[in-house]
Amino acid sequence: MSTTVAAAAVRGVSKTFGARKALDSVSLDVQPGEMVALIGPSGSGKSTLLRSISGLQTVDGGKGTIDVFGIPVQKNGRVTGQVRKARAKVGFIAQQFNLVGRLSLFTNVLLGALGRMGTWAGLFGRWSAEDKQKAMAALHRVGVSDYAGQRANTLSGGQQQRGAIARAILQGAQAVLADEPVASLDPVSARKVMELLVELNERDKVAVIVTLHQVDYAIRYCERVVALKGGKIVYDGPSTGLGREKLIEIYGPEIEDAFWEGVGP
Amino acid sequence: MAMTDTAVPPPPKRSFGDVFFDYLLWGGIAALLIWAFKPVEMYKLPLLFVNSKNMQEYGNGFAHADVAHWKIYVEQMWLTIQMALWGTFLAVILAVPLGLLGARNMTPAIIQQPVRRLMDLLRAVPDLVIGTVFLVTVGLGPFAGVLAIALNTGGVLGKLFSEAVESMDPRPVEGVRATGAAPLHEMVWGVIPQVAPLWTSYALYRFESSSRSATVLGLIGAGGIGKTLFDSLNGFAYDQVAMISIVIVIAVSLIDFLSQIIRKRLL
Ligand SMILES: Nc1ncnc2c1ncn2[C@@H]1O[C@H](COP(=O)(O)OP(=O)(O)OP(=O)(O)O)[C@@H](O)[C@H]1O
Ligand SMILES: [Mg+2]
Repeated sequence: MSTTVAAAAVRGVSKTFGARKALDSVSLDVQPGEMVALIGPSGSGKSTLLRSISGLQTVDGGKGTIDVFGIPVQKNGRVTGQVRKARAKVGFIAQQFNLVGRLSLFTNVLLGALGRMGTWAGLFGRWSAEDKQKAMAALHRVGVSDYAGQRANTLSGGQQQRGAIARAILQGAQAVLADEPVASLDPVSARKVMELLVELNERDKVAVIVTLHQVDYAIRYCERVVALKGGKIVYDGPSTGLGREKLIEIYGPEIEDAFWEGVGP
Repeated sequence: MAMTDTAVPPPPKRSFGDVFFDYLLWGGIAALLIWAFKPVEMYKLPLLFVNSKNMQEYGNGFAHADVAHWKIYVEQMWLTIQMALWGTFLAVILAVPLGLLGARNMTPAIIQQPVRRLMDLLRAVPDLVIGTVFLVTVGLGPFAGVLAIALNTGGVLGKLFSEAVESMDPRPVEGVRATGAAPLHEMVWGVIPQVAPLWTSYALYRFESSSRSATVLGLIGAGGIGKTLFDSLNGFAYDQVAMISIVIVIAVSLIDFLSQIIRKRLL
């Protein structure tokens, strides 16, 4: 469909760190409401791609552009003036340490409202009653409302990740970028976090791009899989199309290492 | 797991430049120490033991300390502490923006470099020198001392604050940034909560040394216990000098002690 704008449109983007190409003319379109797994070996550029989409990192100058819901994030190797508007539409969840440790979980969730608040209101934390209520509802939805008053750094990794999801919910994010959100979690918490992302995608039609180390997770939870290798996209298609051959091409013969819980297909 | 078959690379070597720099540094320090030996009269070291009798006589002054005037001395000491309190408070207000703007991970070099030079300048000029300048502009008295402490301590704290900011965890700040927050919001909600305990600890630590500085500032006319001490010294009233010294030592130790307790609880 040409009438809908992509949730994320990455066009010919490269990123060089010194002599190393972390991204090598990557192009990727993710539609609203899609759920995409981003896989690839360590160092293949997954984090770099997600961070670039959120404008947390600039890409190389030149023709590469990144748009989010039609709002330009980067152009000519520079973050645009509209980047804050774009970020407000996109929730970002990192592997760990997303939350500000010394603030309460509740306050951390409320920080999701900063993108739509005035400078002064945001500066002094004058959250609206509605936002406060929404924050509790979001915490309740992800199942950690009992810990609302607790400092974030006293919570378990899984509780913190759920807090980060709650923050994205309060933010009213229409897309969520999650960079290995389950890598440091035990299997039970990991599955819970993945299920929350799936629910966000199915119920609220939030587009999700999630990087995963475990290929079986990618196949189980996401219909579309994008694979990076050496900064290049080497696969972009349905998760069902990821055969053993393809996986060996992406990860090398030690493919079994990429599976955490079961064995390969 | 299959490993690569290529040869194992040699361990990293220190470059000639690095080694040369080490020799230059330590050799330079040694040369400076030898050079400074005579000017600071280090050869007088043995006198410390030869003239120990004179020391004893001086010590006897403490046996006849002027206890009668203790109330005045405590009052003056309190004034000195109040001077340190306001000086440090103003210093903190100065150091917060300086510390944030001067941190390498917060601002581009074009802002950060001038801010750093300003902090260097504030730190480099001793509060005694700043104090004399203010004595001329605002006259004799504690206010000149407050301003001197504020500027010098502001520079020191600014530097310490920005080092705390540079060593914080960038990930939570990026978490805040990714919500679409303004740069000012990032600082208030991402940076300051992280550095607050360390900042408070540094501020308390500097309050300890400010109360010592405030005492010395009294000598040049900023009032307080330093001035009282100076007057007694000029009048050769060693019994008073002894009592004043006791008050100073007790007060400063007390402040150190209290602030250490608070700092321990913070970290
Ligand atoms: N700030 C940086 N400075 C220098 N090199 C970097 C930087 N960030 C990433 N790189 C390099 O870019 C390449 C891609 O890194 P990236 O973190 O995107 O990989 P990844 O696919 O997320 O890996 P992992 O699965 O281990 O998280 C790597 O070679 C990495 O060393
Ligand atoms: Mg990564």
